[in-house]
Amino acid sequence: MNACTGPDRPAIEVLHLRKTYGDTTAVDDVSFSVAEGEIFGILGPNGAGKTTTIECALGLRRPDSGSIRVMGLNPGEDREELHLIVGAQLQASALPGLLKVGEILGLYRSFYRQPADVAELVRVLGLAGKLKNYYMSLSGGQKQRLSVALALIGRPKIAMLDEVTTGLDPQARRDTWDLLDGVRDRGATIVLVTHYMEEAERLCDRVALIDRGRIVAIDSPAALAQRAGGGQRVRFVPSGPFDERLLTGLPEVQGVERHGRHVVVSGSGDLVSAVILALASAGLTAGHVQVESATLEDAFVLLTGRHLDNGVTVSRP
Amino acid sequence: MSIRSSLLPAGTPRAAFRMIVLNESRIARRLPLGLLVGVVLPTVLLVIIGSVRHNRQHLQVLGGLTTFSVYVPIFLAMVIAALAFYGLPIPLAIYRDQGILRRLSTTPVPPAWVLAAQLVLNVSFAAAELVLLLVVAMTGFGIAAPKSAGGLVLAVSLSMATVFAIGLWVSAIARPRTAGILAAVCFFPLMSFAGLLFPRAEMPRALLDASNLTPLGAAVQAIQSALLDGFPPISPLLVLPAYAVIFGALAVRFFRWE
Repeated sequence: MNACTGPDRPAIEVLHLRKTYGDTTAVDDVSFSVAEGEIFGILGPNGAGKTTTIECALGLRRPDSGSIRVMGLNPGEDREELHLIVGAQLQASALPGLLKVGEILGLYRSFYRQPADVAELVRVLGLAGKLKNYYMSLSGGQKQRLSVALALIGRPKIAMLDEVTTGLDPQARRDTWDLLDGVRDRGATIVLVTHYMEEAERLCDRVALIDRGRIVAIDSPAALAQRAGGGQRVRFVPSGPFDERLLTGLPEVQGVERHGRHVVVSGSGDLVSAVILALASAGLTAGHVQVESATLEDAFVLLTGRHLDNGVTVSRP
Repeated sequence: MSIRSSLLPAGTPRAAFRMIVLNESRIARRLPLGLLVGVVLPTVLLVIIGSVRHNRQHLQVLGGLTTFSVYVPIFLAMVIAALAFYGLPIPLAIYRDQGILRRLSTTPVPPAWVLAAQLVLNVSFAAAELVLLLVVAMTGFGIAAPKSAGGLVLAVSLSMATVFAIGLWVSAIARPRTAGILAAVCFFPLMSFAGLLFPRAEMPRALLDASNLTPLGAAVQAIQSALLDGFPPISPLLVLPAYAVIFGALAVRFFRWE
């Protein structure tokens, strides 16, 4: 979004970041910058290097080469200043099982000079009824929500969230998204590591698609989907047989496939109307019409040849 | 980044340390392994041994001392050893293994504050239990007041510094599965040398000399002298700090937060 509202300096700047573990290159020449007030997504399959990137930006890992600046700070050197203004939610971390939720919130609240309103956080995250429960007795989703609360409890200028809604049910996921919208409205910058494209599409101003340690594209979700052809697919069941040339001749149409009774037409522009009008001119109607827009997933497959979910290579004709 | 600013970051509220100590004490109460071995067990053993009449008779073989008066300094050393070997390392090993210290290292609080809080807590438990044991021994079982109060404070302080330095080294290398084993491997042999199974007064000369060179043997030697004879001899006052320095350095060298 609006690079114009941010100051000259980006909130986060990563240049030529490289990190290897033994023979494995986790992150290979990754560069990006995040404007202040932006929600920036890092999207890719498991093992793509997302978490390593975040951990370097938090000062938890030392890059082999490259530079990182977070609000002008070097995470490797200025960890104390960094952690005053950055809130983090990590995957591989836990809290003492024998403390209660309310005790943990009180503890983490005491770490910051100007903490957030804990009652409000707890209410939004649906933890109000759990304050007296031991951490060890919480469900996975409840632990995840507490982890989000702790990432935001210090009113961070930047929140770095690794797989923030993994393990949450759909309602809790939407509530968390609303919460993050609110955090951004307060002026905070958010870096969101995810492999859910829906989450990236819903929240992110810009997304970096990352695969096998490399960034393959950075753009807004809509622009990335546009790159995947900008296209749409219309799927329907025709009321009778017809010659495919009826549709392939249309300027909006790029391809026609048949899947059993279903016909799938891909193309762009005002595809639905064009297809339905053409069918009508031949005396046919279309039933069970479904329209799909190109998504980040399509963009990712197009750019890497692999699926986001699992990194499985797509077989293509 | 200086050591000072990394351990005492200017932007972190100091009240956070009190909150960490408070919460660590809650955990210590809810999973009281260190408290059981370090507080309940020595108290119970002291009362049992003191309640047997025979143990309060002066014995030739003990140089005219009673069995009970010989065991008092051993139990005092046991309190320190239990809290340093069990109370301190086991929570820290669990915190490191479960990523609790890692989570903390993304906050303004240095993970070293958890270590410091554990030290504060276990040293406080040990100090309180030492006072309790002495009061019980004096009021309940007729043990005389310490001959040298200053010597006792010095002997106990040096013993705590030494034994907790070893406990820190155990914390540095322990994993959750090995913490209990490592604690036992330190606790039982060192306590045996200190006379837990076989009082030092009955040890043959060579064994006693060896005992005087072990951390807990030296601790018992210094504490017993201060209780019964007067200011402790110089030997344990040199042996104890030597171990403290060695194990303190090993702990610093090998400590890992993740």
